[in-house]
Amino acid sequence: MKEIDITKNELVPKHTILNDSEKEELMNRYKIALRQLPRIKMNDSVVESLGGKIGDVVKIVRKSPVVGESVYYRVVIRG
Amino acid sequence: MKVDKIEFGIVSSEMIKNISAAKITKTELYDHEGYPIEGGLMDPRLGVIDPGVRCRTCGGTVGECHGHFGYLELTRPIIHVHYSKIIFALLKIFCRKCSRILVEEKNMEAVKSKRLGFKEIVTLSKKKCPHCNTEVKKLKFIKPYTFVEGADTLNAVQVRERFEKILIEDLKIVGLSTRPEWLILTLLPIPPVTVRPSITLETGERSEDDLTHKLVDIVRINDRLKENIDLGAPDFIIEDLWELLQYHISTYFDNELSGVPPARHRSGRILKTLSQRLKTKEGRFRGNLAGKRVNFSARTVISPDPMIQIDDVGVPETIAKELTIPARVNEKNMEELKKTVLNGSDIWPGANYVIRPDGRRKKISELNKEEISNEIVPGYIVERHLKNDDIVLFNRQPSLHRMSLMGHRVKVMPFKTFRLNLSTTTPYNADFDGDEMNLHVPQTEEARVEIENLTMVPKNIRSPRFSGPIIGAIRDHITGIYVLTKGERKFSRKEFTQLVRSVDKDVELPDKESLTGKEIFSLFLPKDLSMEFKSNSGELVVIERGKLVKGVIDKASVGSETGKLLDKVEKFYGSEFAKKFIYNVTRLAIAVLTTAGFSVSISDQDLTDKARRDIKEIIEKIRKEVDDTNEQFEKGELKVLVGRTPKESLDHTVKTILRNGLNETQKVLEKEIKDNFTLDMVKSGARGSLVNIVQTAAMVGQEMVMGERIEKGYYQRTFPHFKPGTISLEATGFVSRGFKDGITPFEFFFDAINSRESLMDKSLKTRHSGYMERRLVGALQDLKVEYDGTVRDSANRIVQFLPGDDGMDPSKVQRGGINVGEIANRLFKS
Repeated sequence: MKEIDITKNELVPKHTILNDSEKEELMNRYKIALRQLPRIKMNDSVVESLGGKIGDVVKIVRKSPVVGESVYYRVVIRG
Repeated sequence: MKVDKIEFGIVSSEMIKNISAAKITKTELYDHEGYPIEGGLMDPRLGVIDPGVRCRTCGGTVGECHGHFGYLELTRPIIHVHYSKIIFALLKIFCRKCSRILVEEKNMEAVKSKRLGFKEIVTLSKKKCPHCNTEVKKLKFIKPYTFVEGADTLNAVQVRERFEKILIEDLKIVGLSTRPEWLILTLLPIPPVTVRPSITLETGERSEDDLTHKLVDIVRINDRLKENIDLGAPDFIIEDLWELLQYHISTYFDNELSGVPPARHRSGRILKTLSQRLKTKEGRFRGNLAGKRVNFSARTVISPDPMIQIDDVGVPETIAKELTIPARVNEKNMEELKKTVLNGSDIWPGANYVIRPDGRRKKISELNKEEISNEIVPGYIVERHLKNDDIVLFNRQPSLHRMSLMGHRVKVMPFKTFRLNLSTTTPYNADFDGDEMNLHVPQTEEARVEIENLTMVPKNIRSPRFSGPIIGAIRDHITGIYVLTKGERKFSRKEFTQLVRSVDKDVELPDKESLTGKEIFSLFLPKDLSMEFKSNSGELVVIERGKLVKGVIDKASVGSETGKLLDKVEKFYGSEFAKKFIYNVTRLAIAVLTTAGFSVSISDQDLTDKARRDIKEIIEKIRKEVDDTNEQFEKGELKVLVGRTPKESLDHTVKTILRNGLNETQKVLEKEIKDNFTLDMVKSGARGSLVNIVQTAAMVGQEMVMGERIEKGYYQRTFPHFKPGTISLEATGFVSRGFKDGITPFEFFFDAINSRESLMDKSLKTRHSGYMERRLVGALQDLKVEYDGTVRDSANRIVQFLPGDDGMDPSKVQRGGINVGEIANRLFKS
C-alpha cells in the first residue's frame, strides 16, 4: 500500500515541534509548567509522523473561519 | 501548612473510641427533673444545644462548640448495610478457611499489574484454595445484609473472623488500604447532640430529632440482647434480637432500603435517617452545600408598566420596607439618615436597624426611635429601607443567559407586584401570566459599583449571543411605530404636540402647522444619523441626517433581537442613549395607538368573491392532481423517485402538490386582502404571520405528524368511517377549509392530533435542553479568563490561549469583527 503523508492533507493543520529555546520562551510567556498545557497523545498520527517525544511541545497553526489563523500549543503525553 | 494528600478510609473501632467524649450505656434521655442523663443519648458531654449552657467537654457555648461524638458498644457485631456489597466481594475472593486470596501464583502478576476490579479477580479465582486446598463453597448475597454460604447463613461474627485473618499483602493485591474487618461494626459512633438537636415546644414538651429516636431504639435492643445473653437465653431468642439490632442499625444508616420496611415514628411518619439527610435535591449536598438560601432578596409576581424606564424595576412598598441597605453615617448624610431612623421601620423611607461603632446591632422600634435618632454620629451604620434609584439585581429563572440577571434601579410603588418595562421582558423571557422574579440587594459599595458597571440593563442591550440588540420594541410598540411612519399621514400641530410631549418634554418642536408621521419619528433620531436598510417587508428604508426620508419603521429597525436602527444607535451613541431611544420609541408607539386607536376584527379576514373563487379553484386543482397521482400509484404507473419506495414517492409527490397549492393560496390572499389592522401587525412583524391568515381565512392545509401525512389510527385507515386502504386527501389529514369557515369533524380530529404532537414536542424539548445545559455548565463552570488573556481551569491548566480564538467580546463587536476602516473614517471626519 502506498504511504500517505498525512501532513500534506489540507484538513490537517500545521504542526511543528518547538525547540528548547522556543519552548522556554512559551513557558515564560504564560508563566506555566508543562503540565498546564493542553495535551496531545504521542500516538496521534501527526505527532508520530513528526517523531514527537513525551514532553515535546507541538505548535499547531489552524485555519479558522473566524480569525484566519489560530495558534495552539500542546504538550506530548504518553498514549 | 500545605496539604499534599488526602486519604479516605474506614474508621476503626479504636478510632471511634479515641474520638469519643462519652460512652453511651443508658436508654433514658432525661432524669425525672428533666436534666440529661450522663451515659444517655443526650449526654452533656456530647455538646450543647441550649443557650447559656457550657459544654462539659470543651467548655464552649452554643456557637463555639460543634459537639463531640460518643460511642455505643454493640453486644454483637453488625454489618454496615452500605458496605454489604464490598463485604460480599471480599468473601468471594478470600478462602473461607485460611483467608488467603483465591488467586494462583501464576495469575498473580496479571492481577497486580493491571489493577483488576473485584469482578475480574473473582473470575480468576480457583474452585479450590491454592494455599490450603479447601473447597470453595457457593456464596449468595441476599439483599440487603444477609450472606449464605452453601446451606448456612454467615453471621457477622463469622465474617469478621475471616476478615481479621486476611494478610496485608493480599489486601494490597486487591487494592484495599484499610482493614476489612472494620467494615463490620463493633462500636457504633453516636453523633453529637448538635447534629440531632431536640426542640422544646411551647407546651414545655421536648420533641426529639428523628436520629435520636432511632438511636434510642438501637440502645434499647442492644441492652436487651446483652441481658438475654447474660441470662443464657435460648439461641433462637438471641438470634432474633441480633437480627432486630441489625435492622435498627441498618435503618439508622438508610431508611429507604429495598426489601426492608422503613422505620416509622409513633405517628406513622417515616423517619428521616442519615442517608435521607444527604441524598436528593433537598439533601445536605445539593440543598445546603451546592446551593443556599440568601438574605436581602425578594420574590413576587411581575406585572407590566410601560411608563417606567427600561432599567427601572417597580418595587412594592411592603418589600422596600423589608429590604435594607447598610449606610455608613458621615457628616453629609447624617441629617437624612436621622430622619429615616425617626420614621422607624413601619413608615417608608425608614430604617430597621442601627449598628453602633462597637458592632452592636439595635432594632429600631416605635419606643426607641427618637432615642436612637438622637445618638447617631458619624461612624454609625444605619440599615435603611430601599429607596428610589438604589441599585439592585433582578433575575428570572431559568437563568440561561447572563441577561437573566441584570442590574436595575428601584422605583418604590404601591401594590404588591414587581413592575417591569415591557422592552426588558425579552432578555428575561418573561411574560405576565403569573411569572415571578427575584430581586437581590447588594450590601457593599463594591457590589453596587460592580453591578452598575457590568450588569445594568443598558450595558446588556447588545447580546453576546448574536452581537445585536436583545432589548427593543415588541408587539404593540412595533405596530404603533409602524402605523405612525406608514404613508404620509399628517398630524395637526395640536396632535403632534400631544404625541411628542407625552413622550419627552424637552424635544424641540419645529415651527410647522402639521407634521407627517415620519417627521414626528425623526424628532427622536440623532441629528447626524444616516443609514439605509431593508424593512421587515423588504422595502428600502432611508434615514438621512436624522430624518426618516423613505420607508417605514418596523420590527427590522427597532424590534428586539432584530433592530438594525437600534444596533447602529447603540454602537455610535452609546448604551445610555440607546436606552433613552428605546424608551422614546416605545412610548411614542403606545401614544400613537392610544390616540389613533387600533383594533382587529374577524372581518379583517373576510375574503372578496374573487378570492373565494380563486381559492376554490386552487383546492379543486389540488384535489384533481392528487387524485390522479393516487390513481397512478394504485395502477403502479407512478414514477418511483430515486432512493425511495413507491409509497414514499407517492407521499413526496402529494406533499409537493399540497405545498405548492398552499403557496398559491397565500399569493391570492396577499393580492386580495385589503389593507387592514391585522395585516398591519403581520407586515410590521409585531405578531402573526401570513400563514396564520391563510389558515383562518382560506384553508388550514395538510396536517402532519412526525413530518408525514396522518396514516395511523385504525387498521389501514385513519378513522372507521373510511374504507381500509383509502389514500384520498380527506382520509390522510388534509384540511381544505379555514378556521373561520369551520372545519369538519374529521378535519378537527386531524388538527387535534397535530396540536397534541406539537405540544408534547415543545415540553419534551425544553426538558431535554435544560438538562443538556445543566451538564454543560457543570463541565465549564470553573473556566476563567486570566489577566494574561488565557482561559484556564481550576488547576490553572490552559484550555484556550485566546478566548473564543479571537479574544473579542461578542457583546462589544460588530458581527464578523471590527470595521477598522469605518472607525478611522469617522475619526478623521470629526
